[in-house]
Amino acid sequence: MSIGSRLPKVDGGPKADGSGIYADDLSFPRMLHAKFLRSPHAHARIRGIDVSKALAYPGVIATLIGSELPARYGVIPWTHDEQALATDKVRFVGDEVACVAALDERTAQEALDLIEVDYEVLPKILSAEDALAHPEIKVNEKAKVGNITKHVQLEFGPVDEAVANAAAISRQTYRYAGSTHAPIEPHCAVAKVDADGNLTLWSSTQIPHYVQREVSRVLGIPQAKLRVIQPLLGGAFGGKSDPFSLEFCAAKLALKTGRPVKILFTREEVFYAHRGRHPMVMDVTVALEKDGRIAAVDDKIMIDGGAYASFGMITAYYAGQLLTGPYRFGTYRFDSYRMYTNKPPCGPKRGHGSVQPRFAFEVALDEAAEKLGLDPIEVRRRNFIGEEVETVNGQQITSNGFLKCLELVERASGWKERHGKLGPGRGLGVAGSMYISGTAYPVYPNEMPQSGVMVKLDRSGRVTVFSGASDIGQGVNTLLCQIAAEELHCDPHDVTVVAADTDLTPVDLGAYSSRVTFMNGLAAREACLKLAEKLKAAGGATFAEACQRAEAAEGAPLAATGGYRTQKLGGNYRGGTIGASPAYSFTAHVAEVEVDEETGIWKVTRIWAAHDCGKALNPTLVEGQIEGSVYMGAAEAQMEEMVYNEKGLLFGPSLLDYRIPTSLDTPLLDAYIVESNDKNGPYGAKEAGEGPLHPAIPAIANAIYDACGIRIRELPFYPQRILKLLRERGEKREGRVA
Amino acid sequence: MNGETHAVAVAPQRTLLEALRYDLALTGSKQGCDKGDCGACTVLARPLGAEGRGEAILACITLAADAEGLAITTIEGLASPEGLDPIQRAFADCGALQCGFCQPGMMLSARALLDKCARPTLPQIQDALSGNLCRCTGYTKIYEAVEVAAGLRSPSSRAPSQSEKAAASDSKMQTVKEIAP
Repeated sequence: MSIGSRLPKVDGGPKADGSGIYADDLSFPRMLHAKFLRSPHAHARIRGIDVSKALAYPGVIATLIGSELPARYGVIPWTHDEQALATDKVRFVGDEVACVAALDERTAQEALDLIEVDYEVLPKILSAEDALAHPEIKVNEKAKVGNITKHVQLEFGPVDEAVANAAAISRQTYRYAGSTHAPIEPHCAVAKVDADGNLTLWSSTQIPHYVQREVSRVLGIPQAKLRVIQPLLGGAFGGKSDPFSLEFCAAKLALKTGRPVKILFTREEVFYAHRGRHPMVMDVTVALEKDGRIAAVDDKIMIDGGAYASFGMITAYYAGQLLTGPYRFGTYRFDSYRMYTNKPPCGPKRGHGSVQPRFAFEVALDEAAEKLGLDPIEVRRRNFIGEEVETVNGQQITSNGFLKCLELVERASGWKERHGKLGPGRGLGVAGSMYISGTAYPVYPNEMPQSGVMVKLDRSGRVTVFSGASDIGQGVNTLLCQIAAEELHCDPHDVTVVAADTDLTPVDLGAYSSRVTFMNGLAAREACLKLAEKLKAAGGATFAEACQRAEAAEGAPLAATGGYRTQKLGGNYRGGTIGASPAYSFTAHVAEVEVDEETGIWKVTRIWAAHDCGKALNPTLVEGQIEGSVYMGAAEAQMEEMVYNEKGLLFGPSLLDYRIPTSLDTPLLDAYIVESNDKNGPYGAKEAGEGPLHPAIPAIANAIYDACGIRIRELPFYPQRILKLLRERGEKREGRVA
Repeated sequence: MNGETHAVAVAPQRTLLEALRYDLALTGSKQGCDKGDCGACTVLARPLGAEGRGEAILACITLAADAEGLAITTIEGLASPEGLDPIQRAFADCGALQCGFCQPGMMLSARALLDKCARPTLPQIQDALSGNLCRCTGYTKIYEAVEVAAGLRSPSSRAPSQSEKAAASDSKMQTVKEIAP
């Protein structure tokens, strides 16, 4: 059995010995290096740009300004609001203004200083609240009303009535700081044009297909003449799922000069490219009935989106739509605004849109349950929504292993013996969550498959899988080998995967929304099943012999394709399809913390995480996704925050000042896999890459409450914030004694 | 360099990482930050003639000129014609490699640790790797790989748990009211 085995990653060798090629490892004869001039202002009109001195600088081959590629783009077709280089306005400190290509990077960098830009500085907007209060200061002209990217209001059932009749209520405000992906590989693109005008673009992207669409549109070249290739990718987490300025500019400069062009972001520039977690302010009401059942949830969410839309239209929906499991909501309402502000654009970071509301909800649930004297795990069990059920907002849940997840972390953490009993400064907290396995619809409406795979059999016995999917480290190329081996009865090491190359592989929409294993896996399985039939009919003592006999019978080379397209899903209302997924994953965490009550310094020592991924096609890879997710969630609770000064300048855009956890900061992580064998997924599989992040933050917050009786509602949980709450608690206690 | 002698003329400001990647085409050493924060460019260095592979250093904040007279091991020099180093094998087998970008530096730091300390404790491993940032793994499988390479344990093998079919709770459709503009 290949499915379910712990097959080591098929790209493990090239990654281990340093021979694997990432975008920045590519180099071509006559290749130029290009650099960006960026805006020093948060908001300014561009009156003029003069690049003549830069162009005259020795070693400079070409310059580029916005008017040479003015078309607006964006990953979502309804919010094309970005330009590769600003033509009329800059909208954040770091926005790209001009680009210089030179013989080497240093020369390009030096020439940037010679570019003269005449700016008229404009009033700026640095918070979502200000964006709403000052519609007269227009950050992005794409907004129809004021600075609103998207406003969503949905109500399911009589919420106010349910709140009025509730037995226990938690009503509080929560603040979630923005954070960024910080993949260790900075973004890089290399473009090369041939004598016939065919353009090849290698990019560190997780969406080669959308990059191909947008770059060809903006540059005005036919899609068929643009080949996008994703080499090995050094981490993404959602941070490489937009088309970026460097892809457009490398391609344009290659066309302009006829020479290969490379653009590599510095670490500082990666911070400006951003597309990270949206800061949110959330007013959350959770109302429980006497028996602990959730009567109502009411969320008001203010989302700070930054200068461009990115996936922001979806974010405004996800912030509400993805909260309605694993618990049954009696009634539900959310009201979310995604606002434009003069800061680097936010976008989809692992657990897009739903990590922040999940934090607030899971803390509020604990608080309300405590008023009823209910154990935090017990209240979650009582509200379990079940399997084969529809959520309050019309999403269809198929399999659901949440109860098993809860049971595993309850037992592993010693919850019954230890919760509430660890003594001062130590505590346990629990939280649960749900996430999508892909979205039901592509970002641009079309009837074609969302994922395609072609499989070719060679008479040597070699199997080649051509797949559009992006392996961004999660290991889909390894899963494709396992699926081929499973269906064709060959050795997974006899399978070659050719992936993410728009000339060679069928389209897959990209590595986002936790869709890859699910959709690409089903497509691969379908293609392999077609070939398996022919191999079976042919027979043969060895796999190679079977391939030969089948090819002889066919009278042609053997190949087959498979595709995946979702059936119609989601609620019957506007926006009802957003958040609709063919299957949902479920997670439960218990976190253990230690808090020093004198200093506020705290530490999360261990997190037990159980995740229902439907079926682990490769348990080692699934554990890796769980552990990586939990780490990233805990990191947001501990230390990560995008901090700006009053001028809109990002504080410390480096990996020293924007702190991400080292080995010494990361808790011990215990990953448990739960299999609920989903009817829709490939071999029963659902997602594992994003869901397990969600409960980490509220589980830690709830553990801090267990440790010292304070409810922290603002991220990150800086020691000074903890200390402030501890002092308030102290004053309250003294007041009570007095 | 990995047992070979190279003569390279470099500009004074050229870093060792630039010399490795651009002058010697040793692209296994990665540039993640170019200022000594992330550790992806870690290589091992010792004075020529000294024993062992030496200390882990950061190539992006070492001037190439200062590498004169050093014997340097990059990730390309860790494997031998007989195959991968046990550290590399263990990283690949344990799933310690996800995107793989931080791993050349991580594996060299781990190699330096095992060269000094054949049977490290978990705190020793955590300490030795604390200068190498990984964004994918949560470090868990990296610790496992180092312990496997040191012969202290075998790779993780916990079996998934099966979830029993759970009855659906009562589900009634709610009226959906849309009030968006």
